[in-house]
Amino acid sequence: MTISVPAARDVKPGRLAPEEYSTNFSDLHPPLDRHEAFVEADRCYFCYDAPCMNACPTSIDIPLFIRQIAADNPTGAAKTILKSNIMGGMCARVCPTETLCEEVCVREVAEGKPVKIGQLQRYATDYLMETAATHPFTRAEPTGKRVAVVGAGPAGLSCAHRLAALGHDVTVFDAREKAGGLNEYGIAAYKSVDGFAQAELDFILGIGGIEIKASTALGRDIALSDLTADFDAVFLGMGLPGVNDLGLDGEDAEGSIDAVDYIAKLRQTDDLASLPVGRRVVVIGGGMTAIDVATQVKLLGAEDVTICYRRGQEAMNASEYEQEVAKTAGVTIRHWLKPKSLLRGEGGAIVGIELEYTAQPNGQLIGTGETMILPADQVFKAIGQTFDAGPLAGTAIRLEKGRILTDEKRRTSLAKVWAGGDCIFGGEDLTVVSVEDGKIAAMDIHAALMGA
Amino acid sequence: MADLSTNFLGIKSPNPFWLASAPPTDKAYNVERAFEAGWGGVVWKTLGSEGPPVVNVNGPRYGAIWGPDRRLLGLNNIELITDRDLETNLREIAEVKRRWPDRAMIASIMVPCEEAEWKAILPRVEDTGADGIELNFGCPHGMSERGMGAAVGQVPEYIQMVAEWCKMYSRLPVIVKLTPNITDIRYPARAAKRGGADAVSLINTISSITSVNLDTFSPEPSIDGKGSHGGYCGPAVKPIALNMVAEIARDGETRGLPISGIGGVTTWRDAAEFIALGCGTVQVCTAAMTYGFKIVQEMIDGLSDWMDERGYRTISDFQGMAVPNVTDWQYLNLNYVTKARIDQDLCIKCGRCHIACEDTSHQAITSMVDGVRHFEVMDDECVGCNLCVNVCPVEDCITMEQLVAGADPRTGRPIDPNYANWTQHPNNPMAVKEAAE
Ligand SMILES: Cc1cc2nc3c(=O)[nH]c(=O)nc-3n(C[C@H](O)[C@H](O)[C@H](O)COP(=O)(O)OP(=O)(O)OC[C@H]3O[C@@H](n4cnc5c(N)ncnc54)[C@H](O)[C@@H]3O)c2cc1C
Ligand SMILES: Cc1cc2nc3c(=O)[nH]c(=O)nc-3n(C[C@H](O)[C@H](O)[C@H](O)COP(=O)(O)O)c2cc1C
Ligand code: SF4
Ligand code: SF4
Ligand code: SF4
Repeated sequence: MTISVPAARDVKPGRLAPEEYSTNFSDLHPPLDRHEAFVEADRCYFCYDAPCMNACPTSIDIPLFIRQIAADNPTGAAKTILKSNIMGGMCARVCPTETLCEEVCVREVAEGKPVKIGQLQRYATDYLMETAATHPFTRAEPTGKRVAVVGAGPAGLSCAHRLAALGHDVTVFDAREKAGGLNEYGIAAYKSVDGFAQAELDFILGIGGIEIKASTALGRDIALSDLTADFDAVFLGMGLPGVNDLGLDGEDAEGSIDAVDYIAKLRQTDDLASLPVGRRVVVIGGGMTAIDVATQVKLLGAEDVTICYRRGQEAMNASEYEQEVAKTAGVTIRHWLKPKSLLRGEGGAIVGIELEYTAQPNGQLIGTGETMILPADQVFKAIGQTFDAGPLAGTAIRLEKGRILTDEKRRTSLAKVWAGGDCIFGGEDLTVVSVEDGKIAAMDIHAALMGA
Repeated sequence: MADLSTNFLGIKSPNPFWLASAPPTDKAYNVERAFEAGWGGVVWKTLGSEGPPVVNVNGPRYGAIWGPDRRLLGLNNIELITDRDLETNLREIAEVKRRWPDRAMIASIMVPCEEAEWKAILPRVEDTGADGIELNFGCPHGMSERGMGAAVGQVPEYIQMVAEWCKMYSRLPVIVKLTPNITDIRYPARAAKRGGADAVSLINTISSITSVNLDTFSPEPSIDGKGSHGGYCGPAVKPIALNMVAEIARDGETRGLPISGIGGVTTWRDAAEFIALGCGTVQVCTAAMTYGFKIVQEMIDGLSDWMDERGYRTISDFQGMAVPNVTDWQYLNLNYVTKARIDQDLCIKCGRCHIACEDTSHQAITSMVDGVRHFEVMDDECVGCNLCVNVCPVEDCITMEQLVAGADPRTGRPIDPNYANWTQHPNNPMAVKEAAE
């Protein structure tokens, strides 16, 4: 088999004119203005036992908050939302509503045009965050109890906020420099513009009683046994810090890139034009991360971006809508292809990838033996993140399929320790589900601490 | 194509759509544009006596309520009669009528309740060549405090008296415009007839406050922090107008008195409903003020197409067809039993029918059947009230169906095919033995 790939790699920063960056990375859905919000809110039927509400992992009272918007009370609407989901602002931006609340909206079922719940949720929460002089919730009488939260992502912050509201004092430890978890380091840039993750973090901390200890990693700077000794309860919301490898030679070569890392850099940089972008890019994976990295690299000026997924379209973890966003940006999505080898040019850097066609004759995914080559200046791997159990070594915390095992109240197998978010077994890798986990755990921690 | 021409009191117009006396008919410029757009006639903005004209406020004169997407549903105004000089109005009426001989030109008049005043103005109006006069006894604000408008319209004796003067001093057909700001519309209508009026028109605007500003605590529209009640019109008032028209159309004393229907006419369908209740023409104000004169094209085409479909050649073919079907409650057939039926293919499972019936009515609609979200009427609880039909967001999803045989599962009583009303009902202490009609 002859392989023909261009000898010279083409990777460089600053592929676009300066103004193109701000256009390409502006809000995916511009916010509704007041009139648009009224018109959209009026479409809601105020359903009895509303299906949308049952589909929301945090059970926001959707018909009520939409009616409050229609009645020109966006502050009240926001409080309704935040009472169930303190990250209602971020969820409004990042929830795949097409597979959650809006999927079951009776107007989606009837006419294929759901009420734009997510956008209305954003309208209300933005309004409150922009106008409210003080935090909308007050703390209960101090209980004198102290809780440690590990991980300042959606799960940890949701848990911390609820505990603070109930009168407990909370210390949140995070390994990274900034709190926020993937809200800050992972979510696609065009979903969370204008530093919203930090604004929301400040808003959440506005309740008081929450102390953030950044750059403090469990397993490196602190041990779980210290926490269980010093605090009345511990919540673990560490997410999935590791990534799956392709298991191919050359994975460390220049041009072979971990998608989550790259996105974190993209989210943190002040200058999008400084990021290295290949002319031809291949992304391996089929989830949200694959879609997000492909779309953003395309928006950074890559000429040709192809996602290769090893199964069919219906098996992709990214919703159809997310796939549509990528395609609209100009990304090509190919199915039934799995990586076989990384092709390296002079100096060992990536110049292409060899892929093998796949099939699933009787439920079993197999390679067909037939292969093809895609030239690539950059290959992004986005085939899933993994939990890092290192910091829990030697504790009684049980894992299941590499993640923390919890019961329905988010208790781990170790006394005084709860867990939630992406790091637990059965997690759905969604912001909104992580928020709900944190909330459930907080309520149970409260019950345990108060002896109820 | 259907013939839409009308002959109302001998006044001919190419179609029944007239503009009501209001800002759209305040001067030649507007009326010319209206006729160009196709309106069949106009009632000129109400004229006052010779002398310095009335003045309007110089701040906002309108308030409103809105439906979804700011669709205007009800308008309220504190405008007075024309604030232009009488002579100018009369000259323009004459000029426009000369240029548009085939359109109806009615002059609306409001002068103080003194014989000399009416005697003075009537010949001058007649000289313009106008086809008729409309007496504005309706304006609920500004003029009524001066003893005109609704202040006259609320006293049947005055109506009769002024109508008599008009018949005495003018050869023109007289239309009395009625105010709805009264308990029983039949009294002023009867008085108009007794006074010799050729027709009535109704309704004028309804006294109203559209809203209160919660920052300033002033009613809207607010003039320097204060507000006054205004006159309400537009789609929101149509049901009130239809009832008042029907009351006059079926009253023993006024039956057959020509009526020009006014109040919320916005589409051809509204107009057809007024005509079905006996009106010979309709008058429009708010719809034109909301959308401009072009809307008459929709009204003309819509009415014509509907008439063609139904085989009505002229307006009189269906005029008054609904009047015999308006009756008093006590004559409604109590043996007519209906049940709501939900079309499961159309149902989108919003649950509104259930919660409306469950919380506020008769607990007759399920929400869950065998653990599945499902909405179904329970005949043994349904009283056939129609609430669910009205709250369901899907048209024709719930319908009322008559039970024609068997027994009513709610009462257990067999269906009686015979008509029977309250006057014969055993629970009625005053029941008579035979059906009254
Ligand atoms: C690229 C990408 C795009 C995504 N897009 C969406 C989307 O559009 N919509 C959506 O709903 N979901 C999306 N997700 C998923 C979503 O971001 C996660 O489900 C969610 O953030 C999980 O919250 P968490 O709090 O469990 O974990 P994380 O957000 O991952 O937060 C975990 C925190 O724990 C800290 N931590 C980890 N280990 C330690 C340690 N040992 N000691 C101290 N701190 C530690 C980390 O620094 C981090 O701050 C996306 C995920 C990725 C990767
Ligand atoms: C701003 C305004 C001014 C009006 N002025 C008069 C008037 O001068 N004379 C009169 O008889 N009716 C007047 N009316 C009442 C209208 O002629 C009409 O009866 C009423 O608006 C109801 O019709 P609609 O629902 O089509 O608007 C006025 C209405 C409005 C909105
Ligand atoms: S949190 Fe997400 S799922 Fe729930 S209502 Fe909001 S947008 Fe929908
Ligand atoms: S399902 Fe749709 S229409 Fe019904 S309450 Fe929810 S958003 Fe409103
Ligand atoms: S109101 Fe109509 S659409 Fe809604 S559940 Fe009832 S029948 Fe179905």
